[in-house]
Amino acid sequence: MKEIIKVYDLKKWFPVRLGFFESLLTRKHLFVRAVDGIEFDVVQGEIFALVGESGSGKTTTGRLLMKLIEPTGGKILFEGKDVTKMTAEDTKIFRRKVQIIFQDPYESLNPRMTIFNIIAEPLRVLGLAGDERGLSERVFNALEDVRLIPPDEFLPRYPHELSGGQRQRVATGRALVLNPEFIVADEPVSMLDASIRAEVLNIMFELRKKYDVSFLYITHDIALARHICERMAVMYLGKIMEKGDVEKIVNEPLHPYTRALMAAVPSPDPEAKRIEVTLKGEIPSPINPPSGCRFHTRCPEYIGDVCRKQEPQLTKVGENHFVACHLYPSANDLKLRKS
Amino acid sequence: MALLDVQNLVTYYKILRGYVKAVENVSFSIEKGESLGLAGESGCGKTTIALSLLRILPPGGQIVGGRILFENFDLTKLDEYELREKIRWKRIAIVFQGAMNALNPVYRVIDQITEAITTHEPDVSKDEAQERAGKLFELVGIESSRVSSYPHEFSGGMRQRAMIAMALACNPKLLIADEPGTALDVIVQAQVLKLLKEIKQKLGLAMILITHDLSIITETCERSAIMYAGKIVEIGDVYSLFKEPMHPYTQGLISAFPDVKAPRQEMIWIPGLPPDLLSPPTGCRFHPRCNYAMPICKKKEPPLTEIRKDHYTACYLIHQK
Repeated sequence: MKEIIKVYDLKKWFPVRLGFFESLLTRKHLFVRAVDGIEFDVVQGEIFALVGESGSGKTTTGRLLMKLIEPTGGKILFEGKDVTKMTAEDTKIFRRKVQIIFQDPYESLNPRMTIFNIIAEPLRVLGLAGDERGLSERVFNALEDVRLIPPDEFLPRYPHELSGGQRQRVATGRALVLNPEFIVADEPVSMLDASIRAEVLNIMFELRKKYDVSFLYITHDIALARHICERMAVMYLGKIMEKGDVEKIVNEPLHPYTRALMAAVPSPDPEAKRIEVTLKGEIPSPINPPSGCRFHTRCPEYIGDVCRKQEPQLTKVGENHFVACHLYPSANDLKLRKS
Repeated sequence: MALLDVQNLVTYYKILRGYVKAVENVSFSIEKGESLGLAGESGCGKTTIALSLLRILPPGGQIVGGRILFENFDLTKLDEYELREKIRWKRIAIVFQGAMNALNPVYRVIDQITEAITTHEPDVSKDEAQERAGKLFELVGIESSRVSSYPHEFSGGMRQRAMIAMALACNPKLLIADEPGTALDVIVQAQVLKLLKEIKQKLGLAMILITHDLSIITETCERSAIMYAGKIVEIGDVYSLFKEPMHPYTQGLISAFPDVKAPRQEMIWIPGLPPDLLSPPTGCRFHPRCNYAMPICKKKEPPLTEIRKDHYTACYLIHQK
């Protein structure tokens, strides 16, 4: 099992701009701590899901991995090389090997370019286009891969002539035309209707097998993540709360936040247990995140000062299952508690 | 007698290229205190039904046929004055989609609610209206100290609550909620759904819940109607409808929703696209995407037929079993 991406203690703090008078009054610099020290890895060929509510830092993480923004601290290793310290030459290779699919296909495709040009653009930019015939062939194959068939019919069209699902398939084709090794998919189906979501996802993941691509799948939908990925990490306010095998997390969520999240997901089965609301309020501001455990202000299982003062570390509680919570100090302790 | 009885409602939008047949021959009824979930993909006409009920269709939209009976009124026949005096807000209120942006950013939330009250009930004084707004805020779970905030000081969930409070300002009998959970996070959405359920019970409201998310309907409604391309294809008791869906479209839609609690399974989708409503397919509008399509499906439209107690479906397959 080769890790394609490894992330150590990754941080991204965005400075908050203050007004003139405010900056006279406060000496402090304020930061939005979008991502605040997270660690995970993506193994070759797998789909790793990053699950969280809005404001949890999942999209920022995706952008950091793509080198679209520079981290404030920490390391990102792509195939053993530190992404933040790459030379211009290495960056160019890196750009070819990693790609991104954005959330909104109504905004991520240039409305004034034809489908042909949209898909050919990355090849041209990176100087891989070759001659005209080679280029057309690659674009043609890319469209066939995402099942926009017959490709000839789609090549001269513009994005506004396509439906949402078709557009998202064009975005997928554009990401795959470079033969990347790693793709960040940032909520690729959240804007689509339920009846076509599965179609787009299936195309995406069939191509994963065909080209041996690894995915970081960013989503707010834990139910969807559960059905498509092998491992996941649950984020809250810039921190990973729970990480590991999907089946383990879904069947036996240990962190109180994961439990609350699971309890709040509505189920289409009329016989299923109805949703429970165990949390009050909403996610706090990442400018002044709560001290200690970031979840302690809303936690239904708050156990006292330790939650407020000390930040829990991500600890192993089982095979491929990590939790950052003071309820689970270590694996041994958990065994004791269970017996 | 049912509180609301919609009979063969037909609503078209006139555009340059002809008429978009957004809602065609839709009938359903709602009893007092009952909640109906209206589900379907985008463009299937669910919001158009809500707008038709209040007669607030955008320019070009018109009710072409059918009747909407509410209490003693036929809403399709009332004039603007009567609608405003008697129906809108006082008897039927709506919480619009995208509540985040439905509040006016330059007025305090309380002023927006009191404005709604004093406009529709001129004999209520401003102080009384403000007192009532405070009580409404309590009802929807916002601290009364926050009433004089501006919308930007509220979080998404609080804005949605404020919108619900505003809809309840004149004690309506029917509340229409258009996509109340969309654009909210899972936990906040669960909070809002719970609130809607509580309010419904406390005030004995009838409710129409419009959503594309079937799981929201099973959480909150007793009955549900599934729409496809401007028509109701299946309607009935939520339990029966979701446990044993009969229409191929309903079956496809239900299996397209991943269930976090069910065992992991292959994801299923419905091939093809919804039809262009300028010239919808003949016969059953679903036949081009249907796996079970028969020759008759192209020619004749299947009627809504009762297959079980309070469970109607419009599909010829029911005769085959």
